[in-house]
Amino acid sequence: MPLARLIPCLDVAHGRVVKGVSFVELRDVGDPVELASYYGRGGADELVFLDIAATPEDAATMTSVVARVADVLTIPFTVGGGVRRVEDASRIIEAGADRVALNSAALADPSLITSIADRFGSQAVVVAIDTQDDVVYTHGARVATGVATVAWAVEAADRGAGEILLTSIRHDGRRAGFDLLVTGAVRDAVPIPVIASGGAGTARHVADALRVADAALVASIVHENPRGITGLRREIEACGVALRPVQEDE
Amino acid sequence: MSDVVVVDYGAGNTRSVGAALAHLGHRSTVSADPALLRDAPYVILPGVGSARSAMEHLHATGAADALRARVDAGGALLGICLGLQLALEESEEDGGVAGLGLVAGRVRRLRDGRVPRLGWATVDPGDEVYYFAHSYVAYTDDAVATSEGLTAIVQSGSFVGVQFHPEKSGAAGLRFLDQCLSRV
Repeated sequence: MPLARLIPCLDVAHGRVVKGVSFVELRDVGDPVELASYYGRGGADELVFLDIAATPEDAATMTSVVARVADVLTIPFTVGGGVRRVEDASRIIEAGADRVALNSAALADPSLITSIADRFGSQAVVVAIDTQDDVVYTHGARVATGVATVAWAVEAADRGAGEILLTSIRHDGRRAGFDLLVTGAVRDAVPIPVIASGGAGTARHVADALRVADAALVASIVHENPRGITGLRREIEACGVALRPVQEDE
Repeated sequence: MSDVVVVDYGAGNTRSVGAALAHLGHRSTVSADPALLRDAPYVILPGVGSARSAMEHLHATGAADALRARVDAGGALLGICLGLQLALEESEEDGGVAGLGLVAGRVRRLRDGRVPRLGWATVDPGDEVYYFAHSYVAYTDDAVATSEGLTAIVQSGSFVGVQFHPEKSGAAGLRFLDQCLSRV
């Protein structure tokens, strides 16, 4: 099995990183390209960009961000938000992203998962699931669908998803640890890797998540101190979870 | 003139390969022009997408024959991920696809662990860690390095293939690409 992955997530709206990043050494904390470059050198294993506005007018802006990120980043990155058709996935992957993340659009039309996987391979399709009380929520975690979380994860994998990005709505933003129960239940049910999301407050939380998942998404814990990601990696390793060695010059 | 040509076959993520080459100071062109693919100093066959559509595209543009002629004449070719798998004789992906046949062996679906196999893993011999993202893997006597027992690097004549993504493997990946290019 490959090493566990630490994945910073950047929320983007209208081409700008919108929340949570406070860092004096960056000239422009709202610039996704500068932040991507910083995290790429600092030891992220991968990055996720979520276009949280994703209006139709934002598509061209996001494509340009993806292209500029691809020019500076030498680690993989995933782009989510606003992927509603195969053409959206093509546009983003051809601009240089490795993978797209589907959320509400996949639930509305599950065949979208298969269409994108057939064209770009399963490894290029992440299905993002927002869960609370074992039920899937969509539209920014506002709409309860009545669909069971584990059953949807299994269907997504069957239809060709290459990874599940599972966010526990109740744990998200609280920094009190991940939802290990639902993460473990989903991972036990699917044959594909699972990224745990929501709740990272300490290295211990991340290490605990990485024992039940293949990767952990982190946001505020790194955005408040992007330079601290190297230290965070060391602390996670001290908790007994092996990560890839990162050279200081990266 | 660009010293590196990245093969265009429709669905590949060619931009990332070009960006990694730019980090190393190489200019690159994305093309399926057979003449260019035969004669350029260095050619990279990148990898995203499915084996069937990639091979159809390579045949339709004449790139397949050009790449065979190139390697027959001793021209350097680097295949990345699907680009490595396409170099074998046959793949079981998409119900069975004939490859370029640059390397003896077959490509089979991964059977153990979580598939796709995603993430960073060590390549033996050596201690470098690279990024992998694949559901299929090559079985060949020309494997010169493995990762968790799976083919990671293949060498046959002037062809080198890697299952990992050097263009996505941070500083270690750039070092690998630099070594490949410096041998030419």
